[in-house]
Amino acid sequence: MRIAVCLKRVPDTTARIVIAADGKSIDETGVKFVVNPYDEYAIEEALKLKEAAGAGETVAICLGGDAAQETLRTALAMGVDRAVLLQSAAGSDGLEVARALAAELKGGNFDLILFGKLAVDDYNHQVGPMVAELLELPCITSVAHLTVANGALEAEREIEGGIEVSTASLPAVLTCDKGLNSPRLPSLKGIMAAKKKPLEVKPVTLGAGSLTLLGLSLPPDRKPGQIVGEGADAVPALVKLLREEAKVI
Amino acid sequence: MTRILAVAEQRDGALRKVSLEVVSAARRLADAMGGTVDVVVIGSGPVSGSDQLARFGADKVLTATHPDFALYQPDGYAATVAAAAQGAAVVLFAATATGRDLAPRVAARLGTGLATDVTALAVEGGKVIATRPVYAGKALARVRLDGTPAMATIRPNTIAATESPKAGTAENLPVPAFAARVKVTQVKAPATAALDVAEAPIVVSGGRGMKEPAHFALLEALAAALGNAAVGASRAVVDAGWRDHGAQVGQTGKTVSPNLYVAVGISGAIQHLAGMRTAKTIVAINRDKDAPIFKVADYGIVGDLFEIVPRLTAEVKKLRGEG
Repeated sequence: MRIAVCLKRVPDTTARIVIAADGKSIDETGVKFVVNPYDEYAIEEALKLKEAAGAGETVAICLGGDAAQETLRTALAMGVDRAVLLQSAAGSDGLEVARALAAELKGGNFDLILFGKLAVDDYNHQVGPMVAELLELPCITSVAHLTVANGALEAEREIEGGIEVSTASLPAVLTCDKGLNSPRLPSLKGIMAAKKKPLEVKPVTLGAGSLTLLGLSLPPDRKPGQIVGEGADAVPALVKLLREEAKVI
Repeated sequence: MTRILAVAEQRDGALRKVSLEVVSAARRLADAMGGTVDVVVIGSGPVSGSDQLARFGADKVLTATHPDFALYQPDGYAATVAAAAQGAAVVLFAATATGRDLAPRVAARLGTGLATDVTALAVEGGKVIATRPVYAGKALARVRLDGTPAMATIRPNTIAATESPKAGTAENLPVPAFAARVKVTQVKAPATAALDVAEAPIVVSGGRGMKEPAHFALLEALAAALGNAAVGASRAVVDAGWRDHGAQVGQTGKTVSPNLYVAVGISGAIQHLAGMRTAKTIVAINRDKDAPIFKVADYGIVGDLFEIVPRLTAEVKKLRGEG
C-alpha cells in the first residue's frame, strides 16, 4: 500500500502567542514548533496500514520553510519511509497550498492520501478536501474510526449529536481526527535511522490566491472576575450571582 | 445585482437552527452591498422549518431535491452548491460538521479562496472582510476576501439570527449530475445520548482535579440539574482515557461559546483557555487560588470541589423547585 501523509509545522499548543512587529505574523522567539497534532494521527494511521498490508511505501510531504525539514525528520523517525519538502513561504490561501500539494501528489500512485483534520495554527480545515477535489478523489474528513479492506474503506466521523458512517473505494483522501489511534513516539533507533532516510527539497511558488491577511490582533481581555468565596458555603452566593447578575440559570 | 448565497442545512428533514444565523449574516452583507439573498436548501424531500428562511432575510429559497440527499452526500451537495453559486458574489456556510466538509469542496471546484470559522463579517470598499480566530482563539485574523465568489463558513453561536422579513420566493434548483465517490451509509447515535459540548448552552467541564473517572458522576449530576448542559473535559483527562475525545474542550478539542461554562478542577492551561474563553459567563471551582482559570473566570470559588459541586447541584435543584 502506498500512502502519502501531508504535514504542517505549527507552534506547540502550549505556546503563548505574541504578534510580531509587522502585525501579520507571530513572534517566533522562544516558540517551540511541532508536527501539527492532528497530523500525528495521520502518520500513525499510515504506518499501521502499511504494516498491516505488509508492503508498500509511506511518504511525508510538508509545505513550508527550511525549518519544516525538522517536522519531516520527526515523521521519518516515527517510521515514514521518505519525505518531500515543498519549500515555500507561507501563504494565507488554503487553496494555493492545496494546488501545490495536488501537483506533487498527482501521478504519485498513492492508495491513500492522509491529512490531519485541521492545523492548529490557522484553523483552516480545508486543504485535505480541496486536494481531493483537485485530484477528483473520494474524500472523508475528520475520520475518528477507519477500516480498510479489499480496496474499500469505511470511516466514521463525529457530527453534531451523532456519528456519520461513510464508505468509499481507494484511492482516497482522508483527514484524521483525535481518537483514530494513539500516535507512537519516535524510538531512539527511529531517530538514528531518520537521519539517513531520503528527504527531498523541492522549491515551489504559491499563487497569490484570493485571501489577503490584513492583520492579526489579540482577542479582547475578559473583564476581571471575582472570587465569590471559599468552600461550599460560597455556593448560595454564586447561585444568586448566576441567577440575578449573569442571568444564565 | 449582487447576489449572496446562503447554504442552509437540514437533518432528518428539519432545518437546522444554525441556518438562520447563516441567512442573517447573508442578509446583513446583502444590505451593506446592495444585494439579494438566495438560500439553497438541500434534501430528499420537503424540509420542515424552511418557511422561516424568508423571515430571516431570504429573497429567494432554492430547493434542491434528490433521493440520495436524505443523508449528507458530499459529492452531490458540492455539485449542487457549486451550480447555485454561479454568478454569486458571496457564498456562506455554517462551520458545522457538514459545512466544514462541504465548503472546501465547493471552493476548490470554483477556484476561489475560503475563510473558515468566521466570527464576524463586514463590508469595506465593496469587499467582504472576515474576522476569524486563529491559534485556537489566541489571536484574531482579519482577512479580505478578494475571490469571486467570496466564500466563508460561519462559526455557530457567534453571529446572531435576527429577523428581517423578505419575500422568500420558492424555486426548485435542478441537481446537476454528480459522481458519488463517497456514500454516507448511516448516522449512528453517539455512545452517550448527551448533548454535544460544542452546541450546548451550558457546559460543565472537569479536569485532573476530578482525581478519577468515576467522579465525573458529580458533574453529570450538576449538568442534569442545570438542564440543557453537556459535560466537557480537559485534554489531560481525555488523554488519560477518562472521557471521550468528543468531550474535549481546548485547542486540540472543541472550541465552545456557551452561555455558562463551569470549569471544575481545571487549572486553565493556555490550550484549554483558548477553547472556552468566548463563553458568556465562566465559573471556576478550584482548590488552587492561583490557578490561571481564575484569571478568565467571572466567578470563582476556591476550595474542595468534592464539597462544592454537590452543594451547587443541590442549590440549583432547589432553585428549579426540585430540591
